[in-house]
Amino acid sequence: MNSAVASPRGTGTRNTRILGILTIASMAFLALLGLVFSAEDRDQGSSVRIMYVHVPSIWVAYIAFGMTAACSAIYLSSRNRSLIWDRFAGAAGEIGVLFVAVSLVTGSLWGRLSWGTYWVWDARLTSTAFLFITYLGYLAVRRLGGTHRQRARRSAVLALLAILEIPLVHFSVRLWRSLHQEATVATGGTDVHMDGLMLFSLFFGLISFTLLFLWLVIHRQRSLALEDAMENRGLDAAIEARREEAVS
Amino acid sequence: MEDASFIIGSWVLTFVAIGAYAAFVIRRGRELSRNATSEEMPWT
Repeated sequence: MNSAVASPRGTGTRNTRILGILTIASMAFLALLGLVFSAEDRDQGSSVRIMYVHVPSIWVAYIAFGMTAACSAIYLSSRNRSLIWDRFAGAAGEIGVLFVAVSLVTGSLWGRLSWGTYWVWDARLTSTAFLFITYLGYLAVRRLGGTHRQRARRSAVLALLAILEIPLVHFSVRLWRSLHQEATVATGGTDVHMDGLMLFSLFFGLISFTLLFLWLVIHRQRSLALEDAMENRGLDAAIEARREEAVS
Repeated sequence: MEDASFIIGSWVLTFVAIGAYAAFVIRRGRELSRNATSEEMPWT
């Protein structure tokens, strides 16, 4: 059998397909938990159901931006400076931007139900919007011209600066007077005032969205690798054409 | 009833945004892999 025909096309493998099926199944179960099985909150009423997508979205954004910074640090500190770290950083940054956007929009819808307004210039909301804009800038910097190594170096430096915003966003509700509620679960103590099924739904959401993040980042890193390969090929062809022109 | 539209809207918006991005990632990978060699796709 021809090896080119036998090899699967695209960025998927058997393992990513298994991960994808697990992710879809867990998302479907999360929807059941969040929209059907879990109870209404004593204070928030049914609007608490938005939390099961809102909290995991910002969780994934934190993981994604953390990964962007970690991969950037590895790229800058490693001796061989493998571009795979840069591509993982870029893929995670892109996914992080998507999930911050989702978190901002779902939070805004929740705010309309709970506070009576879609937006207030509150410390948490404003710092999250600033985080979103910063990482949009990071993605824009990745698209500036230059070689892949130039792209990797400048975006890695920016990623290491941008990650400093995460503690600012997370602790903004404690540092400043904020309309946004403080952490309900990640309080640092063991005293969590939350119904068992609600807590389970929230944690299940975090796990489901983390699986989704892993699936997305693997596929996106591979498609970025293919983009780089195609660009290299185009550059090689252009150099070859110039050489032929010079000889003739 | 107004609550329901906001809640369902949040969930639909989340899944549509993620689904659209996932579809973009998969389609982009498939497009690029058509002309790629095995060396350029070490995961295969």
